[in-house]
Amino acid sequence: MQTALQKAETTPERKTKATWVQMKKMKGLYFMMLIPMVMLFIFHYIPMYGILIAFKNFSPGLGIWDSPWNNFEHFKRLFSDFLFLRALKNTIVISLLKIVIVFPAPIIFAILLNEIKNEKFKKVTQSISYLPHFMSWVILSAMVIEVFSPQRGIINFFITLFGGDPINFMADKTSFVPILILTDMWKEIGWGAIIYLASIASIDPQLYEAAEMDGAGRFHKMIHVTLPSIMPMVIIMFILRLGSILNAGFDQILNLYNPLVYEVADIIDTYVYRSGLEQFQFDYATAVGLFKNVVGIVLILTANAIIRRKSEHGIW
Amino acid sequence: MGRTRKKLSLFDFLNMTGYILFSLLVLYPFWQTIVLSFSDANASSSLGVHLWPDRWITDAYEFVFSYGNVMKAYVNTIIRTVAGTILIVSFTVLAAYPLSKKDLPFRNFFTIFFLIAMFFSGGMIPDYLLIKNLGLLDNSLSLILPSAVNVFFIIIMRNYFMTIDKGIEESAIIDGANYFQILTKIIIPISKPVIATVALWAAVYHWNEWFHALVYIQSDSKTVLQIIVRDMLTAMDLTQNAQMGGGGMASSKLMLSNVRAATVIISIGPIVLIYPFVQKYFIKGIMIGSLKG
Repeated sequence: MQTALQKAETTPERKTKATWVQMKKMKGLYFMMLIPMVMLFIFHYIPMYGILIAFKNFSPGLGIWDSPWNNFEHFKRLFSDFLFLRALKNTIVISLLKIVIVFPAPIIFAILLNEIKNEKFKKVTQSISYLPHFMSWVILSAMVIEVFSPQRGIINFFITLFGGDPINFMADKTSFVPILILTDMWKEIGWGAIIYLASIASIDPQLYEAAEMDGAGRFHKMIHVTLPSIMPMVIIMFILRLGSILNAGFDQILNLYNPLVYEVADIIDTYVYRSGLEQFQFDYATAVGLFKNVVGIVLILTANAIIRRKSEHGIW
Repeated sequence: MGRTRKKLSLFDFLNMTGYILFSLLVLYPFWQTIVLSFSDANASSSLGVHLWPDRWITDAYEFVFSYGNVMKAYVNTIIRTVAGTILIVSFTVLAAYPLSKKDLPFRNFFTIFFLIAMFFSGGMIPDYLLIKNLGLLDNSLSLILPSAVNVFFIIIMRNYFMTIDKGIEESAIIDGANYFQILTKIIIPISKPVIATVALWAAVYHWNEWFHALVYIQSDSKTVLQIIVRDMLTAMDLTQNAQMGGGGMASSKLMLSNVRAATVIISIGPIVLIYPFVQKYFIKGIMIGSLKG
């Protein structure tokens, strides 16, 4: 008797009906989501359709649909375009340098800051450290340009103090990339450290006590207790960072660079911006952007899959 | 840890000194900008450490405030920030609440609909063409509509809503309340911390956002502060070149640098002023949002 009833409840028609009843009951919720979904559709999904122009000879007069297909011409051009290849190279070089130099900085910052026992000092230092994070690159660039200015900058002051000649750093191919690295660190070190400081705070104090009992000194504890305890977090952040290797810092570079340093500073995003929105090669620029996005998505999804497999939590 | 040693070791001393130096280094560009904004051309055209103006003058600020575009841009930035933040917060709440309901039929489909937008996008040019086709070029709406739905915020808020005890809601339903009433009367009041966090993030985003303003807005009367500063950056390249050629603005009382510094200071003023009071909400945000996401 009971089994028959259960069986009846799980038949497809019953299930559809139950779903329908539930949907009617919750219609207010669907209604709530409606406007956000429409907005998302217009401003995110419709541009995805616009990607079609990467495969066409786009003419604004004809529109996206009626512009003629061009048999992947833009993509063939991509790999013989010296400027694109240069941008691709610069993107990877700048990104790798940032990963090698900027990525470890917040970890070291957090571990050493944790050694300071004065809470007030720690708090003030931390608050100062992430102030630049809340500024846009437009604002920060205005500051960076002054620091490195050949007329007023403090760096050139010290160079001349030791008998050197002022260098126009922002227009110098050898110094421009180091400036990108340094200023990126300035902006993000404190912010990046937050997550590591939180993981350090959650380390079981007994681990330190046990280490002390074994006669571990301070450095020993930093290397053998603190560092291994935050290692899972470090690995997650590292994989995520690798996943976004094609993002070399568009906001930063677009505000700091100039034609004199394009050779080392022009990245894919800035190249898309200039070829698309300054030279109005909409179709070609879209193709360049699409190339970057596709590779980028593959990298990010791979990164997330790796994290999921290694630990329980992915990024969503 | 349970250490009772009072005296600082050499390591502690070096470590703290290191952090003091680090803090000074982080703050130096900010301080230099303040000094520059209160100086005149003569004081700021020589190489130096410039820790204090020769004399504090407010000419740069007077110039900035009498220069119509800056005030206009300030007002525009405030309007944009307020309107944009309201939009983002409302849409975040409206989307997050239904998505937090585990028994909502087809919930996965809707979640994926939102998530896809986090990973795929048309890119710079298709975005631009959309705005152009919608007739929103040089319209201030182009600054707030495209960013009105933020999937990342939605996920954060959904996760927060999911931790709310279902019991209160169920009794409200029995009392005949509809979902909208539950949202406004029960959910929103107990979710104030996460709403504050999202609102602050949204406000900082809009205050700092410059790329859409650069690409979508042409009229000076609709521009925002960030663009005024950016225009002064690109203008700088020209004057710098001119100065190398011997001419330049150095003879006048104010340099572009002074004016730009003053504009930077008034642009970051609001953020710096509220920063000490609200930073804990930002930290909270990164904690809720990180990885569990």
